[in-house]
Amino acid sequence: MSDETVLTINHLTHKFGGLQALTDINVDLKKGEIAGLIGPNGAGKTTVFNLVSGFYVPTEGDILFKGNRINGLKPHVIASMQIGRTFQNIRLWSDMTVLENICISQQYRLGYNVADAFFNTKRYKSEEKKIHDEAWALLEKFNLADKALDYPRNLPYGVQRRVEIARALSLNPELLMLDEPAAGLSTSDLSELISYIRWIHETFGLTIWMIEHQMQVIMTLCDYIQVVNFGKEIARGTPDEIQNDQNVIKAYLGNGEID
Amino acid sequence: MLSYLVQNIFNALQWGSFYSMIALGYCLVYGVLRLINFAHGDIFMTSCYIAFFVIAGLTAHFAGLTGIPLFVITLVITMALTALLGVGIERVAYRPLREKGANRLYVVITALMIGFILENGNLALLGASSRRFPDILPKIIWKLGPVTVTNLKLLVIISAFVVFAVLQFIVQKTTLGMAMRAISYDKFAIPLMGIPVNTVITFTFALGSALAAIAGILFGMSYPVMDPYMGMIIGWKAFIAAVVGGIGDIRGAFVGGFMLGIIEILVTAFLPSSYKDLISFVILLVILTLKPTGFFGVARSTKI
Amino acid sequence: MKNKSKKFIVPAITAAVMVLVVILAQLDILNNYYQTILMTICINVIMSSSLNVVNGYMGEFSCGHGGFMAVGAYVSSVLSLVLFCPGNSITGKALLPPESAMFLFPVVILLGGAASMVVSLLVAIPSFKTRDDYLAIVTIATNFIITTSLNNIGIVGESRGLMGMKSTLSRMSGVIDLPWILIWGMLFAALTVYAIHRLMKSTLGQGISAVRYDEISAEIMSVNTNKMKLIAFTFSSGLAGVAGGLFAHMLGFINPSSFGIMKSTESLVMVYLGGMGSLSGSVLSAFIFTILLELLRPAQIFKWVIIPLMLILIMQFRPEGIMGPRELPQVFPKLRKLFPVNSDMVRKNQTGGEA
Repeated sequence: MSDETVLTINHLTHKFGGLQALTDINVDLKKGEIAGLIGPNGAGKTTVFNLVSGFYVPTEGDILFKGNRINGLKPHVIASMQIGRTFQNIRLWSDMTVLENICISQQYRLGYNVADAFFNTKRYKSEEKKIHDEAWALLEKFNLADKALDYPRNLPYGVQRRVEIARALSLNPELLMLDEPAAGLSTSDLSELISYIRWIHETFGLTIWMIEHQMQVIMTLCDYIQVVNFGKEIARGTPDEIQNDQNVIKAYLGNGEID
Repeated sequence: MLSYLVQNIFNALQWGSFYSMIALGYCLVYGVLRLINFAHGDIFMTSCYIAFFVIAGLTAHFAGLTGIPLFVITLVITMALTALLGVGIERVAYRPLREKGANRLYVVITALMIGFILENGNLALLGASSRRFPDILPKIIWKLGPVTVTNLKLLVIISAFVVFAVLQFIVQKTTLGMAMRAISYDKFAIPLMGIPVNTVITFTFALGSALAAIAGILFGMSYPVMDPYMGMIIGWKAFIAAVVGGIGDIRGAFVGGFMLGIIEILVTAFLPSSYKDLISFVILLVILTLKPTGFFGVARSTKI
Repeated sequence: MKNKSKKFIVPAITAAVMVLVVILAQLDILNNYYQTILMTICINVIMSSSLNVVNGYMGEFSCGHGGFMAVGAYVSSVLSLVLFCPGNSITGKALLPPESAMFLFPVVILLGGAASMVVSLLVAIPSFKTRDDYLAIVTIATNFIITTSLNNIGIVGESRGLMGMKSTLSRMSGVIDLPWILIWGMLFAALTVYAIHRLMKSTLGQGISAVRYDEISAEIMSVNTNKMKLIAFTFSSGLAGVAGGLFAHMLGFINPSSFGIMKSTESLVMVYLGGMGSLSGSVLSAFIFTILLELLRPAQIFKWVIIPLMLILIMQFRPEGIMGPRELPQVFPKLRKLFPVNSDMVRKNQTGGEA
């Protein structure tokens, strides 16, 4: 873990019409960190991700990636700046093979245009080869090479999740945002997921930012956690600090007395 | 000059009334099903022909039937038959797709095709020669200064307002109306609340088609030349009106219809009449690009 | 059979068929009637497969294909009349000598296509922000705008239409006596299919399909969805324009009413009949549709009741069309022998094997 900052969010506030979704969110992700973003449902976590991804333009505040302000940039531009992201639901392209899913995600480095495609030029051929080679290499690294020509809908859920994360990695990201990677997984799959994320972190040297509800995953993996509720940050710190924070406990469990 | 203006305003109001009434029909169905019933304009055309034959049948059997009684009976029968047509189309063509959970796209295509079948079926069965809608109400002309107003013109305009008022009442104040509005928000949860979705949808189509029938009869009386394609262009214009006003909101459809009527009369006052259609469609395109939800419409956003 | 030489099988077969057709036409075994049908098939192949790019691969609902056909038809006709036809209704004199028609005809057709591409921006740009029903309306409105505009332009005869394009064809035949319109029709149809195949096979083109399956995750995965939509719409409309030009010259006479919603509906029927996203499906359905229309000719106006009915039935019982989203080699595996193996689909250290 270095001191170099990858993602900085300053005073992020966002309104959807009259609805205040986020108020004064501040984030400071260091290179190589695994950071967590947790909070009750509807707290605004996915909204933060969506703002960073570029789906909305923040009402107020700045989002800086490696020092560059990315407010208002289109999602595909932000993706090409090497920020990868997954979603709560698996959003693989269903009628395309796993290999095709990985190839298409490399559009940002497409070095040819439509004319090249028509005329089957040298440039087209070499670019396509590069993309395919990259895709195969990635699949082999992930041990998914034997599934390359399968369709995602025919694969077990856990494998689909792996494919989705692999696809996000085809962007060669420096920052990987995972939105509830454990969603839908059974308890037995969780430890596999934890080692999987650890392995990605070590192999690719990424900064990982995770939204998650499964406390086991968060507490085990994260160096650092932020808690939001009703669009505001209510706590931040190491997993130990968070587990013992009164505000966090209140937010999740309410004010009732526990005997 | 002023009399010319006032005369044209009445014309615009009459013309706009038709757009309004048909737009309201589109709006009802869209409001409930999120379906643009492209066949609606052709249902309007068909109702006009139905009225034609109803009148022919009635006057053949009841020689003494004329004037207002004839009008009222024709209206009721035509509304009933057209409602039946609308419901029939829903049952046979749209419902199976809805129940299969088919992509909305397929339903829209089906609607477009039903429109063509109505048009070309009419052409095939009844031939190409245009028919003339019979005069059933005696014409009473009032002169307000230099301006001429007929009872028919007034009837049309008043009908549009009455129809709107009745619809507003139904949609806002009755349980059925509430059910209609609810379905537009969440088709899946509604049956769980004990609302018979199919019944409500059937009612919506019946109501929308009956409205088209009112417009159809009045239109036939106002502009007696009938042809199988008369519904297509008017249907599209009414649809433009609904979108301009904000499809999904009946206030929008109502206001939109009159707005379009005024715009068209203005256009014909200053430009060759062949530009009328072009300008209407350009307006549609502009509005769809700049403010797709129209004047009254509310944007529905999707959660990412 | 060696993989590299497999690349030439399908083009060779296509070329052979085309040559055969021309010979039969010259010998008058294929008389004018059959030539017209074949020509119509070629035009329909172009219309159907080009619309499939937008409605099938990209999953949008464009109902205004007839309008873009109109633009191509009119632009290429005007150019053709002005350049090659003495006594034309526009300028009176032909600007170029008759021999040039032979070489410049394809250019004129392509220029018609280019004009359609420009006009298609009216639809492409709104498509960035709207989808589904609203986009459908935009496309239909554009169709109407095109036809009503043409109805108001005096030079091209307003609603009466434009004629005289056959003169271009006779000028071409005057130099070398061949059924030129048929030749160009077949060539353009083949090139269209080839171009679409190449585009949709490329990673660039697959971005277009990604928009259909999940636009949001496409954006996240660095696909510039607006660019995809732009490419799809302009490419598709340009091809419709090409079809329009061929159509105009085949008939020798065009008017705005031939390019309205009914024409657009024909293309819609073909796309959904063949199968969304299936190129072979579009080609197949173009054949079937054209022949069906011919067979139904005695039914006259009932034809236009049957066609919409067909589409309704397709929507009800087989919305995925004949081929579904699959291509011919997937349905008939034996046909795979005709196509070269896509080397990218095979692992580097695998020997042989098919994708």
